[in-house]
Amino acid sequence: MKRARRKPDGGPPRVVVGVARAEDLAAVVQLDAEATGLKKAAYWRDRLGWCAASPRDRFFLVAQRGSEKVGFVVGDVRTWEFGAPPSGWIFAINVKRSDRLQGVATLLFDAICARFRRAGVEVVRTMPSRDAQLVLSFFRSQGMMAGPFVLLEKRLDA
Amino acid sequence: MKLQVATRIAIYAVCELAARPGKQLSAGEIADRFDISVNHLGKVLRTLGRAGMVEACRGVGGGHRFRGNPRRVTLLDIIELFEDVGPRARRSPEPGAATHAGRALGRVVDEIDDMTRATLASITLATVLKMGQRGRRPGRLRAE
Repeated sequence: MKRARRKPDGGPPRVVVGVARAEDLAAVVQLDAEATGLKKAAYWRDRLGWCAASPRDRFFLVAQRGSEKVGFVVGDVRTWEFGAPPSGWIFAINVKRSDRLQGVATLLFDAICARFRRAGVEVVRTMPSRDAQLVLSFFRSQGMMAGPFVLLEKRLDA
Repeated sequence: MKLQVATRIAIYAVCELAARPGKQLSAGEIADRFDISVNHLGKVLRTLGRAGMVEACRGVGGGHRFRGNPRRVTLLDIIELFEDVGPRARRSPEPGAATHAGRALGRVVDEIDDMTRATLASITLATVLKMGQRGRRPGRLRAE
């Protein structure tokens, strides 16, 4: 990860984005818990390991301001059924509440898209809940539109 | 989905004002830009003013100014000031709604309405302004 540099005016350090490491686990769990109310240490440990095992097509990135972790994004290159070529898939993005509206999520989004591009894919996709208005608004602000797939589901007890 | 005229005028006006933060525009200037009736726009601006989305400044050089955060105000916020979207728009049951076919149709229409609301609630003014400027650049990663 690049070292965070102080702004020339002596303000807070710039946010830099780098690959998550095992020691980032506690911060990731905390950031996720702030948004969801759930502490899922085992899940995030598993995701970190899963991404580390295939760094060419799985990406777990953290945003850091000085020594503080302020956000993360996770995604991978997925092969699709229904005749679609592989695409980048973002399945988690989160920014600390007090650091929102400062472009942190955009930095994370740009960083993971750059990695998808280098991995050879041309499209990035994601699938937030339609109730997650803030997350949806963010992805929309990055130019994401409805794609050619329609999510269908059925309750198995129906 | 077809938006009412007042709703479209409101979206145009708010976008025009939000694109110029802190700057005032007269109703005449906005009406000229979109080729709309200044009287109709005046009524729409009053509704937007009552909702706290637009501020009217009186006097010489007065006009209207956007109030709010363009990254948080969504299309749904504006539209719902003028019309209902989704199930609330269907106030009274339609003929045949209680039949098997009517109930099935109702579920399909509800699904469409839910998607419409979610889409409108996810698009902020900042995104609308960006969408107007954004062109697809060949060779770049596409976002879906």
